[in-house]
Amino acid sequence: MFYKVLYMDSQHPPLETLQDIKRMMERSSRFISLSGWSGICAGICALLGAWAAQQRISAYLQVRRNGRTYHGENDYVSESAATLYSDLIIIAGITFITAFISAFVFTWLRSRRNGTPMWDRTVQRLAWNTILPMVIGGLVILRAIELHYFELVAPGCLIFYGLALVNASKYTLGEIRYLGYGQLILGIINLWSGVNGLYFWAAGFGILHILYGAIMWWKYERQR
Amino acid sequence: MKNPIENLNKIFDSRIRMGVMSILIVNEEVSFNDLKKMLDVTDGNLASHMVNLEENGYIKVHKGFIGRKTNTTYSITRAGEKAFKDHIEALENMIKGMK
Repeated sequence: MFYKVLYMDSQHPPLETLQDIKRMMERSSRFISLSGWSGICAGICALLGAWAAQQRISAYLQVRRNGRTYHGENDYVSESAATLYSDLIIIAGITFITAFISAFVFTWLRSRRNGTPMWDRTVQRLAWNTILPMVIGGLVILRAIELHYFELVAPGCLIFYGLALVNASKYTLGEIRYLGYGQLILGIINLWSGVNGLYFWAAGFGILHILYGAIMWWKYERQR
Repeated sequence: MKNPIENLNKIFDSRIRMGVMSILIVNEEVSFNDLKKMLDVTDGNLASHMVNLEENGYIKVHKGFIGRKTNTTYSITRAGEKAFKDHIEALENMIKGMK
């Protein structure tokens, strides 16, 4: 029994010590301030972006169907495929930037509340391992657009983003891996489905993000 | 009955030394400054603990430069890894023993 007395004397009970060790391991190797709100906001941005793109595409299709008589003389010329593409790229760019900024803001707020630095080694590792697959994927998609393989754009986004998330899961909350698997499954199905890729894109970037963000918020940030 | 605390490593009694080992076991190489920030300690305090761990052969020191500023990084040794894992095991056994 005497060791129990000794243990009572020591300042740190074993369970607390083990919890301390676990916390230090996690804090030093993973970026744990990723906020669920970031996922929710990015998802909402994606849904709005997909909606805008859908509107733009159906407007284009309608003008084509109705021909020049419907819109007056020169409108049909201006409604060429080229302007549709440039509009869609602008929509995609705005969607990406707003999603990124809103995701950043909530994570920044949470890291401030947690008292963890926003730009330490863990963030640098997380950023590099997420950005690398995304940039490579972006280049592949760019080339697909140049070659007019438009069917590959949505599945390409989903697949490379999914791979980026699975890769990132080693450097932040591990659950992000499942969001990555979800994106990958949607992307692969979309490769062969032949259905409008925009729906798959909206499901992956919109609905899955919101779902993931809500679950993460429930699990880690809810005030209990 | 065996006394479980005899397996506890005296060197890891200090919270700071234990923190250093926890960080080094999951990170290949960590700089002095990063350790200082993560553990929230002063230069002198951390330095003395690092010397202690180094003298016990638990960590390796690498001195390098970033530009003209010195950049000291640390990594864990085989012996350090084993000692730390034994220490964790001893803690686990204490918990099991208390139930």
